[in-house]
Amino acid sequence: MALYILRRLLAVIPVMLVVAVFVFLLIRLGPGDPAAQLAGDAATAEDIQRIRERLGLHLPIHVQFITWFGNILQGDLGMSIANNRPVSSLILARLEPTLMLTLTTIIFVVLVAVPLGAIAAWNHGRWIDRAVMAFSVLGFSIPVFVLAYILIYVFAMWLGVAPVQGFVSPTDSLYRFFAHIALPVLSLSTIYIALVARITRATVVETLGEDYIRTAYSKGVRDRDILLKHALRNSWVPVVTVIGISIAALIGGVVVTESVYNIPGLGRLTVDAVLASDYPVIQGLILVFSFTYVLINLVVDITYAALDPRIRY
Amino acid sequence: MNADRTPPHSILEIRDLTVRLPPGGDRTNAVENVSMHVNAGEIVCVVGESGSGKSVTAQTVIGLLPREQLTPTSGSVIFEGEDVLTLSRERMRGLRGKRISMIFQEPMTALNPVVRVGRQIAEVFRSHGLEPGRGGMPSISDLLESVRLPEPERLQNSYPHQLSGGQRQRIMIAMALALSPSLLLADEPTTALDVTTQARILKLIREMQDRYHNGVLFITHDFGVVAEIADRVVVMRDGQVVEQGPTDRILRNPQQDYTRMLISAVPSMVPAKRKRAPDAPVALRTENLAKTYGGGSWFRKGWEVKAAEAVNLELRRGQTLGIVGESGSGKSTVARCVVRLIDPTGGKVYLGDTEIGNVRLRELKPMRKRIQIIFQDPYRSLNPRRSIGKSLIEGPTNFGVPEREAWARAVQLLEIVGIDPDAHARFPHQFSGGQRQRICIARALAMEPDVLVADEAVSALDVSVQAQVLDLLTDIRDRFDLSVLFITHDLRVAAQVCDSVAVMHQGRVVEYEPVEQLFAAPTHPYTRELLAAAPGRHWNFQAFCEATETVAALDG
Repeated sequence: MALYILRRLLAVIPVMLVVAVFVFLLIRLGPGDPAAQLAGDAATAEDIQRIRERLGLHLPIHVQFITWFGNILQGDLGMSIANNRPVSSLILARLEPTLMLTLTTIIFVVLVAVPLGAIAAWNHGRWIDRAVMAFSVLGFSIPVFVLAYILIYVFAMWLGVAPVQGFVSPTDSLYRFFAHIALPVLSLSTIYIALVARITRATVVETLGEDYIRTAYSKGVRDRDILLKHALRNSWVPVVTVIGISIAALIGGVVVTESVYNIPGLGRLTVDAVLASDYPVIQGLILVFSFTYVLINLVVDITYAALDPRIRY
Repeated sequence: MNADRTPPHSILEIRDLTVRLPPGGDRTNAVENVSMHVNAGEIVCVVGESGSGKSVTAQTVIGLLPREQLTPTSGSVIFEGEDVLTLSRERMRGLRGKRISMIFQEPMTALNPVVRVGRQIAEVFRSHGLEPGRGGMPSISDLLESVRLPEPERLQNSYPHQLSGGQRQRIMIAMALALSPSLLLADEPTTALDVTTQARILKLIREMQDRYHNGVLFITHDFGVVAEIADRVVVMRDGQVVEQGPTDRILRNPQQDYTRMLISAVPSMVPAKRKRAPDAPVALRTENLAKTYGGGSWFRKGWEVKAAEAVNLELRRGQTLGIVGESGSGKSTVARCVVRLIDPTGGKVYLGDTEIGNVRLRELKPMRKRIQIIFQDPYRSLNPRRSIGKSLIEGPTNFGVPEREAWARAVQLLEIVGIDPDAHARFPHQFSGGQRQRICIARALAMEPDVLVADEAVSALDVSVQAQVLDLLTDIRDRFDLSVLFITHDLRVAAQVCDSVAVMHQGRVVEYEPVEQLFAAPTHPYTRELLAAAPGRHWNFQAFCEATETVAALDG
């Protein structure tokens, strides 16, 4: 197992290398000259050339890549073109809100969706099941930004029980952290609750038809234990897969949610960087996101082995 | 140890039980007016084909009928003085595992794959507020030892997938008998097992029943098993009891045609006599065929499993060669190598004069139609979304036969295998297991092969259906002058259809003889073991009497 984890960690290197090359080329091959954009409309050819030389854009492309990649390995993601600060410190400063938002959301999703799906499966075909499935279809259909504005209108403006926007770190005030993050988490999690609940229900329904469930009944096992210890325990692998995919997709959803609720996280940073054509920041963000995806995949794969003794690497 | 607690007479009494099927089925009731009883210390076999209602009867007794689908509408099931049909859900749960327990057909799927077996056994105790090894209760190790599992301390920490089928069934038995219930329901507990494992499990059930003095309701479709284990027999057909009585009386003097049919369907240990041409051309030959599985990488030590080794076989035209062995013996590996579903790692395979074991796939393709295979599970070897007619013409049209011609042949073949050609537009699920296997045979024949490989093709079928499919296989072999490579774990079946038999054990052919010689004078100890394990070998089912001659010959 330790060997497997080591092997998987080593495998991250080539993946990240490919991502790095891709990110590098993507920006270089894209339309528009960053130097020209940076210089503005009134710039002369000399101005642009000066900027180009300052950014190293006049060097051959492979030299640019080697310099750039060497810097990355040392944790130097370059300087932001727009506000002249190191990209790494920009990202670090924005990391906490996004991390908190994603973590809280995914915990909330698992805590709500898995029991919901399991209860629906147990009551397969009855009204509880149908209610959960109806909610699930609804959850799928509402776009995040629509739900976000509805929640703001109802809870923040009409009932006045939650702040409209902003973010407070849990280290400053736990209460105010939850107050601020409640609505973003709700709007962000709905679609994933719908998804995870659906998958949980489908898997548990299938598992409940397995031979070993019949065996458990024949042993006189209590209903609760049949659902929890036998059916749910055997349904985790597909559920964990979907949770993993959800986390990855969540990071995309964060862009919208952070914009609506004005949370100063990576999502906002992404939007700002794209609008300002701030290439070093965009590159840095893509690298960070890719690395996160690779890590999530690794964690999901390791979780499989912990959940099912038949899976060994 | 239980005898003083249970009354010596009837433990279970089923009276006029009727269980209704959901509307829209082929009959109204799953079981109808069924009456039977089980006494303490008695094994009662319920015998019948699939769909006879035998499993439904057992599920009713233990309260495991699928909710809202099957409902008992009349009659009573008196277990130790109480009608279980009137008990509350919770009271019924209290009985299950404690007073009534059950073992099932598929040991491979009957245990929870992600829980250690020791914990699964302990769960029986805990579900009834008890603890293994305390308050006079047996410990997990005691139980594992009583079902003769080796190294109980280590084994209880295993997961089911680390155990063999026989070991898993022993775990099931340990679980079922943990709280010494007075009634054990056994639903085809040996049907999915090898003959040798089956013999050992049957012996174990007998032993355990002697020790606990409980009643056993044993469901089977195989009168061979009945002859082995039953005190009394209940024969069921289409949800009704056809006949019941003491085993000896039923075996010697069955009153009903249906019972007679079931009994005589048991394949006999006496090889069928037939003439064969010794100099017929060789249709299929293997030369030192070998298949080794292996692996390894930078980080892991290499491993190697020799699934088949130095296999030399020869199959002549118009003949049947049997490969007999238990699971893991390598018999299916050989079958798959011969049709090149997997690539052999050594040796040669000759189809006629052409070597096909080592040729590239492109060169192999035109040879494919000359050798066809039929698999064990007719439920899964036909595409469920494709009508059987389409399945039948797919192969020939792939090889350029015009569709019209392929259809004409498909219709003809369906007729030959005994399926109404008008049913060609139907889908596999609309057929019974036996019919599906007939369709699979027709599918193979559609390619006009020289060699037919039947990989456990009758093992999943009821004995009665098995007999019909065996007849069909023999019939088409003679009709089309086919060569058949017949893979089975059951020597009785091999005796019926094979001209010669190769016994495989741990990847090697240990004995390879003409069928008469193999049965008359087996030389290898493993062959003897296989012969001794055949259920009901002391009985001649075709003559309805004891088979003293056959047994004498075998034991001598």
